[in-house]
Amino acid sequence: MEENQINQLDQSLLNEISDFDQIKKGAYNIRKNGKGIERKVTENINIMTKTDKPGINIYVKENTKFEFVHIPVILTESGLNDLVYNDFYIGKNANVIIVAGCGIHNDHHQDSKHDGIHRFFLEEGAKVRYIEKHYGEGIGDGKRILNPVTEVYLKDGSSMEMQSAQIKGVDSTIRETKGVLGNNTNFVVSEKIMTNGIQMAKTIFDVELKGKNSSTHVTSRSVATDQSTQFFVSKIYGNNECFAHSECDAIIKDEAKVTATPEITANHVDANLIHEAAIGKIAGEQITKLMTLGLSEKEAEEEIINGFLR
Amino acid sequence: MLELENICFERENRKILDNINLNLDTDQFIAITGPNGSGKSTLVKIIMGIEKPDSGKIIWQGKEITSLSIHERANLGISFAFQQPVKFKGITVYDLLKIASKKEINKKQACEILSKVGLCANEYVDREVNGSLSGGELKRIEIATVAVRETTLTIFDEPEAGIDLWSFNNLIEIFESMRNMIKGTTLIISHQERILTIADQIILMKAGKIEKIGTSEEILNEHIKAAQCCKLKR
Repeated sequence: MEENQINQLDQSLLNEISDFDQIKKGAYNIRKNGKGIERKVTENINIMTKTDKPGINIYVKENTKFEFVHIPVILTESGLNDLVYNDFYIGKNANVIIVAGCGIHNDHHQDSKHDGIHRFFLEEGAKVRYIEKHYGEGIGDGKRILNPVTEVYLKDGSSMEMQSAQIKGVDSTIRETKGVLGNNTNFVVSEKIMTNGIQMAKTIFDVELKGKNSSTHVTSRSVATDQSTQFFVSKIYGNNECFAHSECDAIIKDEAKVTATPEITANHVDANLIHEAAIGKIAGEQITKLMTLGLSEKEAEEEIINGFLR
Repeated sequence: MLELENICFERENRKILDNINLNLDTDQFIAITGPNGSGKSTLVKIIMGIEKPDSGKIIWQGKEITSLSIHERANLGISFAFQQPVKFKGITVYDLLKIASKKEINKKQACEILSKVGLCANEYVDREVNGSLSGGELKRIEIATVAVRETTLTIFDEPEAGIDLWSFNNLIEIFESMRNMIKGTTLIISHQERILTIADQIILMKAGKIEKIGTSEEILNEHIKAAQCCKLKR
C-alpha cells in the first residue's frame, strides 16, 4: 500500500523536477517505481493507460487554452529499470504547457534507470510549451541513468517550445530529440546540462525541416566539470524554404571533455541553416569583473555558472 | 586615503610605471590624463589589484593592501569601471546590480539606479548583459554597477573609449550629474576636456611617470592647450 503513496522523499523529488503544489492544479499522472500512482484528468485533457506497452496516452482537446499537464516520474527503488512510452495528442489550436521529468533517489549499489520515450503529435495551429527536468540524488554507488527520447511531429502552423534541464546527480544520459516540421511551424529547443565527477551526457538533435517556412532554434548550454564528458550532436536537414539555427555553448573546467559535432544539410536552395559552437573555460575577465564587485573567485565562478545555466 | 609608494611595473623590458608616488584625498574628483602608453590604465589596475606591481607599496586608509586580492580591496571600498565592459551569458542587469549593491535591492530600486545613468529602466533591468546591448548601453550599465556600490574610491578606466559621439555626449552629462551622486573620491582616466574641466585635480602622466599634478586650470592651460596651439601652428 505504502509504495503507492507519496511520502516525504517522493515529495522532495517531485519538487526538484516540478513544483509539487502546481502539479495538482491541472491534469496529471504521477509514476513511481514503474507504476502510475496518482492521476487526474480534466474536461479537456484525458490521460489513458496504454494497453500494449508501459506508458500513457495524453489527449488534449482542440482549442484547449492555457491548461497544464504534469507527468512526473520518480524512482526510489535501487536496481529498477523503468521504460515508459508516453504519447501526446494535441488537438487543433490548443495551447498547453506540459511538464515532465524524472527524479531518481538511489541510496544503494544497484543501478537505477529510467528511459522515457515521449512522442508529441501536434495538429494544425497547436502550441505546446514542454518543460522537462531531470535530477538524481542519493548516497549509494549505484548509477542513476536517464535516457530520454523526444519525438515531435508538427502539422501546419503548429509550434513547440521545449526546455530541458539536467543540472545535478545523473551519472549517465543519452538524450535524443527528433523533430519533423510541416509548413509554417516552429520548434525551439533549449537545453541546459551540467555534469561533474565521471558523469557522461550525450545529446543528439535530429530535426527535419520538411515544410515551407518551417524554422527551428536549438540551443544547448552546458557546464562540464571534474572528469565528466559531454557530447553534443546536432543534425539539421533543410528540405524546403526554411530557417535553422543551432547553438552549442559549453563551459569546460578541470579535466572535463566536451565534443560538439554540428551537421547541417541543405537540400533546398532556400534553406538557411546556421550552426554555432563554442567551448571554453570561464572568461577570466568575467571573474575579474565580479571580483571588483566584492565576490571571491569561487563565488564569482558560481554566479557565472548559475547565470549561464538559468 | 590612498597612498602609492614607489610603484614600479615593467613588462618586456619596458618600464610601464616608473617609481610612481601618489596621494589621493577623500571626496575629490580626480582625472588622470596623458598620451597613450603613458601607464594610466596600468596604474588604476594596480590600485584595484587587477595587476600586481613589481615593487612598491599601496596604502589604503593607513593599512598596506599591496598583497590583497581584487575582491578584498573591493570590500574595503574600492570600485572599478572597466574600459571595455565585460559581457556575460545569462546574467541580467538586475543580477549585476544585486551583486554590486552591499544592501538588498529590489527591482524598483535597481530601476532608479538605471534611470540615473540614462537608461529607460524597465526595458533594461531584466536584459542579459550580453552582446545584444550596444557599447553605449554597456557603458551605462557598467557605470550603474559601480555607482550602486557607494564606495570610498570609484575608478573609471577611460569611460569614453569605444563609444560614438552621441553616446559620448550623453555620457559626459551623466558624469557631470554624477559628480555629486557618486560618493567619496572619483578617479577617472580621460582625455576629454569636459571631464578634465570639472576635475578638482588632474594627474598628467607621461612615459610611466607622473609629469605633473595640478588643478584643471593649471594643467589645461599649460599642457593641453599649449599642445593644441603647437599643432595649429604646424
